[in-house]
Amino acid sequence: MSCKRFLSLLVLVFGLFWQANSSFAQTQENSPAGSPAAAPIAKEEEKSINITELVFGHVSDSHEWHFFSTTTAEGKENPFALPLPMIIYQSGKGLSVFLSNKFEEWHANEAAGIQVSNSYEGLHIEKGMKEKVIAEDGSAVYDFSITKNVLSMLIGVILLLWLMTAASKNYKYGAMNAPKGFQNFVEIIVIFIRDEVAKPNLGAKAVKFMPLLLTIFFFIWINNLLGLLPGGANFTGNIAVTAFLALVAFIVMLANSNKHFWSHLLNPPNVPFAVKIMLVIIEIMSLFIKPVALMIRLFANMLAGHIVILSVICIIFIFAGMSKVVGGVFVPISLAFSVFMFMLELLVAAIQAFIFTNLTAVFLGQAMEGDHSHDAHDKHAHDAHAHA
Amino acid sequence: MDLLTPELGLFFWTLIAFLIVFIILKKFAWKPILKSLGEREQGIAESISAAERVKAEMSQLKSENEKLMVQAREERTIMLREAKEIKDKMIIEAKDQAKVEANKIIMEAQAQINQQKNAAMTEVKNEIGTLALEVAEKILRKQLNSAEGQEAYMSMLAKDIKLN
Repeated sequence: MSCKRFLSLLVLVFGLFWQANSSFAQTQENSPAGSPAAAPIAKEEEKSINITELVFGHVSDSHEWHFFSTTTAEGKENPFALPLPMIIYQSGKGLSVFLSNKFEEWHANEAAGIQVSNSYEGLHIEKGMKEKVIAEDGSAVYDFSITKNVLSMLIGVILLLWLMTAASKNYKYGAMNAPKGFQNFVEIIVIFIRDEVAKPNLGAKAVKFMPLLLTIFFFIWINNLLGLLPGGANFTGNIAVTAFLALVAFIVMLANSNKHFWSHLLNPPNVPFAVKIMLVIIEIMSLFIKPVALMIRLFANMLAGHIVILSVICIIFIFAGMSKVVGGVFVPISLAFSVFMFMLELLVAAIQAFIFTNLTAVFLGQAMEGDHSHDAHDKHAHDAHAHA
Repeated sequence: MDLLTPELGLFFWTLIAFLIVFIILKKFAWKPILKSLGEREQGIAESISAAERVKAEMSQLKSENEKLMVQAREERTIMLREAKEIKDKMIIEAKDQAKVEANKIIMEAQAQINQQKNAAMTEVKNEIGTLALEVAEKILRKQLNSAEGQEAYMSMLAKDIKLN
């Protein structure tokens, strides 16, 4: 019961923020037109910068969770944002923890095309494509802040832990008890991962890697979905996240690779010497390309999805900037298109989680292939090398 | 481009969160779910095979029952036939016996009738004899009352003797 209430509250809150955000953008478009001082060219320029900032402000990480801003009568921006804790480590000063609302005055650095904040405790933030904490004295700064992405991930993790432990509660009444409610949903996915991902790729060792595959799948999926909520963070579309997940896949793959895998990689059989050198170089490259491909695939897909949805929404304001009539006409088209994109992204959220899990299983399977029990696979591998 | 450089902080927090999620879910969710799914699948497979076995047993029982029924029917026919035969035999025997008994009774009756008829005849004969004697006596007495009568009688007797 509390789950439903919480979820609906979450949806309501984010929905409200989203609406407020759009109406804010609308007023912002209108306000320069109202002020006689603004020249039309400057207006155009300001608008294009605003949209780039809006889109990249949404897809990149931030030290505060910005929901919307209102503009006061004097044209001063009044942001509604959740300040997040900043945890900064500097080799000389040690650890310092404070809230991000210490940095609240921003001025533009036109030359570098960035926004620079006021300084606090010898630190300031430079905001370009992403936010960087810079020390005034030029020393190295290690930023372990609970950023928007981290907070979003923590929400996702708590949701995931709570949903899964709730779903698995019923199992203590015995395996033959009929599954009910959310448990059914989880079971369908668990069986799907087991029968379509783990077993075809890992065979007899599928059971051993099931917890890892399931964790990767649900971790990516729930964070993809949270990112789709209006006002949500672009967690899985961040390269640090996908890099970590790819690294997990890579480490597990290396830790479970067998002699057969390495012997084929470093000494492909039945190949002339000159070709062998080339093959080994290609194989070693492909070994590292695998996790890199995993990393970039998820990152690019989620980032692109966010950018496309935001761009489609922003088209309304671009057209409204040209003429109110065109903007008004374009609202339903843009809305229809963004709804379509949103549906597509819902699919992509699940598909990308599945692809990441599946490719992890495929790479793992390749690394463990050709054990003494699998002669058929061995032969297959030979054929593949012959073709290569 | 800035977007392509991973941030240390996010990487670090993702690492910690992912490991915690992995460890907790592995222990409290994936293990029980996978174990129960395996057990349930095994249980269902066993139930199906048990049902198949019972079905086979049932069909075997059914065929056995049918065989028994056929056998029983045959036995019944045989028994009925035998009973009929016995019945017929008994009726014939009874008839024969009755006939014999009846003949015996008839013969006995006839013998008795004959016997009694003879006895009655003897009695009647005796009676008639006695009556004849008495009549003859009375006649003789009457005839022999006179001398002439006596004489005639004597001559008659003499005549008889001569004839003999």
